Amino acid sequence: MWDYTAKVREHFLNPRNVGAIEDADAVGEVGSLACGDALKLYLKIDRESDRITDAKFQTFGCASAIASSSALTELIIGKTLDEALKVTNKDIAEYLGGLPKEKMHCSVMGEEALAAAINQYRGKSVGDGQHGGKIICRCFGVTEETIRRAIRENRLATVEEVTHYTKAGGACGMCIPEIRRILEEENGAGTDGKLVELKPVSKKKMTNIQRMQLIMKTIDEEIRPRLEQDGGDIELVDVDGLSVRVALRGRCTSCPSSQVTVKNLVEQTLRDHVDQDIVVEEVGA
Amino acid sequence: MSDVIYLDNNATTMVAPEVVEAMLPFFGDMYGNASSMHSFGGQVGKYIAAAREQVAALLGAHPEEIIFTSCGTESDNTAIQSALLAQPDKKHIVTTRVEHPAVLNTVQYLEKRGYKATYLGVDAKGRLDLDELRAAIRKDTALVSVMYANNETGNMYPIPEIAAIAAERGVLFHTDAVQAVGKTPFSLADMPVNYLALSGHKLNAPKGVGVLYARKGTPVRPLLKGGHQERGRRAGTENSPYIVGLGKACELAGKYMNEERTRVRVLRDRLENGLLERISDCIVNGDTENRLPNTSSIAFKYVEGEAILLLLDEHGICASSGSACTSGSLEPSHVLRAMGVPFTFAHGSIRFSLSRYTTDGQIDAVLRVMPSIIARLREISPFAAHARQMEQAGKDACEGCGNARICGQ
Repeated sequence: MWDYTAKVREHFLNPRNVGAIEDADAVGEVGSLACGDALKLYLKIDRESDRITDAKFQTFGCASAIASSSALTELIIGKTLDEALKVTNKDIAEYLGGLPKEKMHCSVMGEEALAAAINQYRGKSVGDGQHGGKIICRCFGVTEETIRRAIRENRLATVEEVTHYTKAGGACGMCIPEIRRILEEENGAGTDGKLVELKPVSKKKMTNIQRMQLIMKTIDEEIRPRLEQDGGDIELVDVDGLSVRVALRGRCTSCPSSQVTVKNLVEQTLRDHVDQDIVVEEVGA
Repeated sequence: MSDVIYLDNNATTMVAPEVVEAMLPFFGDMYGNASSMHSFGGQVGKYIAAAREQVAALLGAHPEEIIFTSCGTESDNTAIQSALLAQPDKKHIVTTRVEHPAVLNTVQYLEKRGYKATYLGVDAKGRLDLDELRAAIRKDTALVSVMYANNETGNMYPIPEIAAIAAERGVLFHTDAVQAVGKTPFSLADMPVNYLALSGHKLNAPKGVGVLYARKGTPVRPLLKGGHQERGRRAGTENSPYIVGLGKACELAGKYMNEERTRVRVLRDRLENGLLERISDCIVNGDTENRLPNTSSIAFKYVEGEAILLLLDEHGICASSGSACTSGSLEPSHVLRAMGVPFTFAHGSIRFSLSRYTTDGQIDAVLRVMPSIIARLREISPFAAHARQMEQAGKDACEGCGNARICGQ
């Protein structure tokens, strides 16, 4: 059982400002049903003073997600937009007397929804991701910007912490090398003990045979086990220089995200392990 | 916590008062070591022998096939290790994707040590395809390991048939029967099972005692090496109070087996049907045709399992969830994922598991509070309004709907 503070429990049992605002000036959404949590934040904004006069939320999620949403609305009502934008996930967690570390992503979700709502109001494009920008974690749709912001605001040092705060890397785990890279860039090399494991892509020129063997090894050891976890499988059909043709099998064949799988999981992994210029193509069974 | 409504019996059970009573002397005057030469210790040995007979009687086994261990996990580990060490030329294991972590993580560990494994998938109801099992068995298959009943859904697997398939192919067969023993009757005399694991605390004995059944002639390689206890198959001084307690618990389980199949089943069905009638947008997870009589796993759309559990907890009702948030993992349970339960449902899955101590009044209480708990969370959820909108406007409503992005439908 989670060790929630009395304040988390109280805000979960009696959440403040639940509901929708029909004529909201701004709406911010993050998460999805599939992800396991989602927050829709509604704001009423006074145009003259740029001040948030009312905020309501609808949240799908666990106790800490509901409590974090409730806390967020309490924190921002009455603030100007510029003041509100300074509210971080840390403020939300502190308001609640702290959250279990595995649940910090609930507070980050609040910060995300607020930023999305204000961006929408100000007419800024939010892109297709939560903060816009490149999506790093496909499973939960977490962008590079979200990860960087969480690292900076919370001084995160390990992949595990990034997962606790943003959920990135918490499902299939394929994006973990990229999260390590971002951590390294944000914190400078050496802050994460795990960084030393990072294998630089070999610059040495491989022979065709060597490359083919490395591709087969990578598929067997890195890619297939991931797919098997979800009931899928992969078959290597052909290798022609840097062009790799594969067929997905098992559950993958009926999975709507198989295209995403090929590009992000198969191609990225082969690029990480074999050659940056590999192109993967899916061929029919 | 006297008015607790305990519907989490697949997690653990109350120690039966009769079991406590049977154990007490062994915390008092009867503290001797069963292996001692003097009669003070030796008398304890007689009680352990009696407990062995009680366990064997419940399983339809011979007493010498019963090995007392510390828990179900130890029994599973011993069975798997025994099959592999006894057949060093065979490196392949067949199991399922819905096993308990005691088996699943053990097999995954072995894969890292050079063994190969095939994980049988399940269909949407969690059922195995026995043809897939037949096809998975290879020349170098050392062991087939399939659970008797699943802890999350209560699904029961056709163990007599699966054991026969393994036996026909000359492959050792293990079943993790931790959830099945005491809830569904069976006799090991009727099926060629080689190993079976059971756990005391799932059948009203205390935590910290289990059994590995190993059929006569089946190899056993002890996990714990040391003394000659359990005929050299499990070293360590016998945990006499707990073993005696487990014996008593098995005797009680046999005595009340019919109640599980009748009264407990009726209560479970009343709970399940009552919830389905009173609450919209929910489904039963699993194979309702082949299920333990005490288990019901229900998925409630648009709400999240941990939130449901905490609100139930406010009413003193104990259940569990297959949702991500309860475990600290970010994904729903491996069982629900293996079944392909849509994530939209899986996150809101709740398991109720009853026992012979469950009363009509307790079921009434759950039926009373659950609809308002779900309604309350759906009021907070952004998807409930969306669902209403969908109902009114039909499927086309998704087009241009403000919730389309977070809905994921």
